[in-house]
Amino acid sequence: MNGGPRLFSILRQGPYLIASIHTALDDSQLVRFQQDLVERIGSDRARGVVIDVAALDVLDSFASRTLRDIGEMARLRGAVTVIVGIQPDVAFAMVELGMDTGRVVTALDLEEGLAELDTYAAAPPAPRR
Amino acid sequence: MTRYEDPSLTVAPTGATGDLDGDTLLPQLVAHLREHRTRLRQEWVGRIQQAHLLQAMTAQEMSAETTLVYDNYVEVLETGSVEALQHYARDLSERIIPRGVETHEVVGIVLLLRDVLARSLFEKYQRDFALLNRVLDAYEPAANRIANTVAVSFVEERERVIRQQQDSIRELSTPVLPVRERLLILPIIGVLDRERARQLTVQLLGGIRTHRAKVVVVDITGVPDVDESVANHLVRTVDASRLMGASVIITGLSPEIAQTLVTIGVDLSKMNTIGDLQGGLEEAERLLGYAVSREDGNGGP
Repeated sequence: MNGGPRLFSILRQGPYLIASIHTALDDSQLVRFQQDLVERIGSDRARGVVIDVAALDVLDSFASRTLRDIGEMARLRGAVTVIVGIQPDVAFAMVELGMDTGRVVTALDLEEGLAELDTYAAAPPAPRR
Repeated sequence: MTRYEDPSLTVAPTGATGDLDGDTLLPQLVAHLREHRTRLRQEWVGRIQQAHLLQAMTAQEMSAETTLVYDNYVEVLETGSVEALQHYARDLSERIIPRGVETHEVVGIVLLLRDVLARSLFEKYQRDFALLNRVLDAYEPAANRIANTVAVSFVEERERVIRQQQDSIRELSTPVLPVRERLLILPIIGVLDRERARQLTVQLLGGIRTHRAKVVVVDITGVPDVDESVANHLVRTVDASRLMGASVIITGLSPEIAQTLVTIGVDLSKMNTIGDLQGGLEEAERLLGYAVSREDGNGGP
């Protein structure tokens, strides 16, 4: 299951992790992405994660659920997650199909996502219900 | 190929009378029409005036255009190729459509020309009925094809103009205006139908990306009413904008739209709405961290 080249990268940037998905991932690659990322949050002691999906022109229900799950897992491990770079078509298709990113925050692009994480770090919001 | 002189056969379509006839008759016919060009054209113009067609044109234009149409007509009869005519008809339509010339007029004048020419053929060949029949067999299909070509070209040109206008209306209908850095306004005026709602989504989401907007104010003061599918579409657009990291503020909901939305049970809990555009802009500025104040210190907006 973990064979083949990685189709994503997880880079460290200060206290944050930047995870970019380079191309459409199939389900097993998504699971690998999730495992790697959640592991790195612990090992790098990251306080925030930006997941960049700008290269994707499709986000199916499994992918958006995985992203939502990653957000929850990251929160449990002490990091805030921001999803960035959802393309206009993808955004509308997701809404049409009734998918969303749950409590995970979204931002326009990487720069915005990092700014978003900075505001969270400055003033962590009270846990939302 | 034997040449049939049986008159009963001459009423059959051209093909049956033998191509031999068509080959020799058409050049003859064309020569006849060329020879009497001036007289026939004037007769035709007379008929056009009698029928009160093309009244938008001056006498000079009429004379110039009819000459061109006549020559094109004869040329098509001669060569059998409608391409040049098509081109000319489109060109003509482009010139006369803005002046309010109607379809029936264009078709009318071409049919008149067909009739004028047919009559002159009757006159010339009236003594030999069989020959006349064969001449008409050669003439009629070509003449009908010409009428058809002109009419189709005219209608196509009109449709092209209409499409072009529709496109420009569509482009005008949902402008995306950057007001401040990262703040966009989309004023919507007029009925919001499905097509325009779709257009709105494309413009809005595209605008968020190109202008890197964080807040978008959609002002629907000028929208009289929406139906359920458009309302749901609006809600989905707002959700999609949020996925792209922008918040949408809807302003100027009319009482009718407010009632419609609540009655049909659209989920508006996630919609940020504010009474008017002014309030919407103030809220947007607040979200973006702008503080606007007046120079004389009498408080801001």
